[in-house]
Amino acid sequence: MEFAASFALVMPELVLIGAGLALLLVAAWGGDKAARPIAITAAAALFAAGFLLVPGLHTGGTGPSTLAFGGLFKIDSYALFAKALIYLAAIGALMIAPAFFAGPAAGAERGMRAEYPVLILFAAVGMSIMVSANDFMSLYLGLELNSLSAYVLAAILRRDARSGEAGLKYFVLGALASGILLYGMSLLYGFTGGTAFTAVRAGLTGEMGTGALFGVIFVLSGLAFKISAVPFHMWTPDVYEGAPTPVTAFFATAPKVAAVALTARVVFEVFGAQVAAWQQIVMFMALASIIFGALGAIGQENLKRLLAYSSINNVGFILLGLAVANVDGASAMLVYLFIYVAMSLGSFVALLMLRGEDGCLFETFADIRGLSVTQPAIAWALLLFMFSLAGVPPLLGFYSKFVVFQATIEADLVVFGAIAIAASVIGAFYYIKFVKVMFFDEPAGVITGKSGAAHWALLGITALIVSPLGYLLTPSLTDLADKAAASLFLTV
Amino acid sequence: MEGLPILSLMMLVPLAGAAACLFSGAAAARWIALAATLVTFVLGVLLWSDYQIGGLQWQFTEKADLFAGFSYALGIDGISLMLIMLSVFLMPVCILASWESVQKRVGEYMAAFLFMEVLMIGTFAAQDLFLFYVFFEAGLIPMYLIIGVWGGDNRIYASYKFFLYTLFGSVLMLIAMFWMVAEAGTSDIPTLMQYSFPPEAQTWLWLAFFASFAVKVPMWPLHTWLPDAHVQAPTAGSVILAGVLLKLGGYGFIRFSLPMFPEASAQFAWLVFTLSMIAVVYTSLVALVQADMKKLIAYSSVAHMAIVTVGLFAFNVQGLEGAMIVMLSHGLVSGALFLCVGLIYDRLHTREIARYGGLAINMPYYALFFLLFTMASIGLPGTSGFVGEFLSLAGIYQTSSLVALICTTGIILGAAYMLYLYRRVAFGGQVNEDAAAMRDISAREWVMMAPIAAAVLWMGVYPESFLAPMRADIAVLDARLAAAAPASDARLAPGAPRSEAANAMPEHSSAREGAH
Repeated sequence: MEFAASFALVMPELVLIGAGLALLLVAAWGGDKAARPIAITAAAALFAAGFLLVPGLHTGGTGPSTLAFGGLFKIDSYALFAKALIYLAAIGALMIAPAFFAGPAAGAERGMRAEYPVLILFAAVGMSIMVSANDFMSLYLGLELNSLSAYVLAAILRRDARSGEAGLKYFVLGALASGILLYGMSLLYGFTGGTAFTAVRAGLTGEMGTGALFGVIFVLSGLAFKISAVPFHMWTPDVYEGAPTPVTAFFATAPKVAAVALTARVVFEVFGAQVAAWQQIVMFMALASIIFGALGAIGQENLKRLLAYSSINNVGFILLGLAVANVDGASAMLVYLFIYVAMSLGSFVALLMLRGEDGCLFETFADIRGLSVTQPAIAWALLLFMFSLAGVPPLLGFYSKFVVFQATIEADLVVFGAIAIAASVIGAFYYIKFVKVMFFDEPAGVITGKSGAAHWALLGITALIVSPLGYLLTPSLTDLADKAAASLFLTV
Repeated sequence: MEGLPILSLMMLVPLAGAAACLFSGAAAARWIALAATLVTFVLGVLLWSDYQIGGLQWQFTEKADLFAGFSYALGIDGISLMLIMLSVFLMPVCILASWESVQKRVGEYMAAFLFMEVLMIGTFAAQDLFLFYVFFEAGLIPMYLIIGVWGGDNRIYASYKFFLYTLFGSVLMLIAMFWMVAEAGTSDIPTLMQYSFPPEAQTWLWLAFFASFAVKVPMWPLHTWLPDAHVQAPTAGSVILAGVLLKLGGYGFIRFSLPMFPEASAQFAWLVFTLSMIAVVYTSLVALVQADMKKLIAYSSVAHMAIVTVGLFAFNVQGLEGAMIVMLSHGLVSGALFLCVGLIYDRLHTREIARYGGLAINMPYYALFFLLFTMASIGLPGTSGFVGEFLSLAGIYQTSSLVALICTTGIILGAAYMLYLYRRVAFGGQVNEDAAAMRDISAREWVMMAPIAAAVLWMGVYPESFLAPMRADIAVLDARLAAAAPASDARLAPGAPRSEAANAMPEHSSAREGAH
């Protein structure tokens, strides 16, 4: 009976696992010819899983009824919110992939490999587990399922040296980070006597010893690697640049949501009694990410690399919401995550649409000169995304910064807020460089290719969300984020 | 107020026009833009005629809770009304000014201008602190594009400088806004205008707002973006920058800094005075040596806006009224002067003063308009410039005679550089053949210049039309500031009353005695 209730709670994951396994068999026998139907089925499975989340998302599940499998998982409304975002981002990554792999950018082997959608599915399952983990064991399982899928995805163009390099770098550094995380978990286990979040939390109350503090620091460092926060961000530009663009779009969205959501759960639910210990660490990572993400992007010529720095910069703002360490901050962080996903997905889709006559992809500033003359629709959409990332009103990116800074100031962290917002002006410099190159320069005229309906649809949807019309979403978005954030603090 | 949501409508018309322009060809976009701005202007006239002088402080209010975190609240008082009128009046002129000179990407150009109009109206009408910020800051996007796409040779540098300067100024203000809203518990501007923040917090809040508004106004030494942006922007862009965008800074002082932080305003009045005095003298001298017409007028803008800031921080009714009139007058006059420059730039494609000369001979009507606006810029009685500068300086004289003394030199220096400019352009011999061959102003240009000239004269001869709607609001502001007003250096100590008139003559008094 208990078991049945647990299974009901993890129904979305079951759907995804079932679909993933079945599609793996199809892929094994059908080969790459079956890639397209597999991708469509995978998207449908993600959609179905997302649909299963909807009832809980509105009623806002909290309390003991959300615990599954003896407390290994916690499917509260916070987890549901994160999962909904993850599934949406994964669907986006599936939609944009076929056109990319069909083009010459995919190198010697044209066409999407059948493994691609399957790996996305498994990564999505891993991320689902991460965000609803309530025990360090389930946390690690989810994290590794996601990471291992991601390593392969980064290197999915087997004959492309850049893709291989990205995969290898990601794997080596990812393994190191997992090691650090495991070491921290083992320290915490040693000093508190449990792996369940509640047990560790109980063991961490009162005066904290040096060993436990080291555990906290190691766990946070391992997680910082996964969300690519400074000073554990070095891999991000290389991996983002080398990985195939749809994979980069995926990395910049879904796993980031999962890792941030996981980090927030760990700091609030596990280290909730030791706010002073982690708050300064997170605040440092936030400000350092904002500043280094902005400075690092300035000299970049490659657009994917630039967007990698931009994502480091954005993670800084997300962590600023986390560092506020209260319900408002957590809610602001979730709102920011949603808007961030829309903005990054949109920017990467736009990059994928920068195609030449033969379908080859362009990805440097020199190629998008004068894009507003040759491809006005893409240029205007990119303009929206860039000003939105820069946080200029009336675009929705302003609202994401708005909520984060509001939470920061209301928690009396005025100085940190002022530093962060001043640093955001540095970031504006390279975002407006995008606009300058597209609108002010003479056309380079290399981007002449046409893009498919899937790209246009995704570009249109994300641009619409980011445009001022997106503000009409804010009341319901804030409502959902508030509910999700509140469920995170029930144990506090 | 019940009835038509006229403020929203005034924003909706240009917004719809902007969307239409984006998707239409060059010729259609010009007509759509002109029609949209004219309709908005007509709505503006309706707004003014429906505005009840002496009625409620806030009229035409609208409120809708569309967004999370802040609300869509609009409403105007007399100060907002006048600035909105200035914006909607200048907009059709801008469209006409770009009729022939802008030939590339006309649809996008017109869309950017119409979007700009939406934002300007929104900024002056916003009654929610964050809604104000959204409109205030969003203007960066269209202006960045206008300067960058349709500007002159050095447009990229100018557009970057404009964008980053203004953005940096504004973000600190945003932080201050969050603090205020957290402290006062509301983002409603009328409520905040009555809220008393603790004096020590006011200092910081005032500085944060000052960072933003001082860049916008602009005040010396934060003015360096302005000559670059003005010179590189297309003519209509300069008109909007000088005519309306600079007024956002002054509006910010009068709507936020003064009523919300009266104590801090008094405390920092010396800072404003010092910067303004330097600006008046320094930028006037700089204007004197410019070889580029647009740059000269840009520097003169900095000097005129310094008169606005001293008037605002004079803490009395005359100073405030004068500052408002200078803002309106400068909006018209500097806009018109930029049009005058744009007019001959369209013909000869140079802004260098030395390339012209003797235009009064071949372009008499042009010379007439140019003379009128030159005189208005100097502050000749009968033009709008005189009324504003006189009131401002009279206001500041009550507070500090030294500041009044130094700022008044601005009028002399202003006469020097403007007359010097006019002499070199319009008078003298026709040294340049191509300049001598230029035709006089066309019908389209007449339509642009004549209304501004009429408004300048109207404001100069009968300023009451413009002062009347603002009088009650300025009185309210003055009452709010009264407690904090800094001590005046002109301490008028009343002596013992004289027993007889000062000009009484001895024999006159004896004659009176005799009549007894």
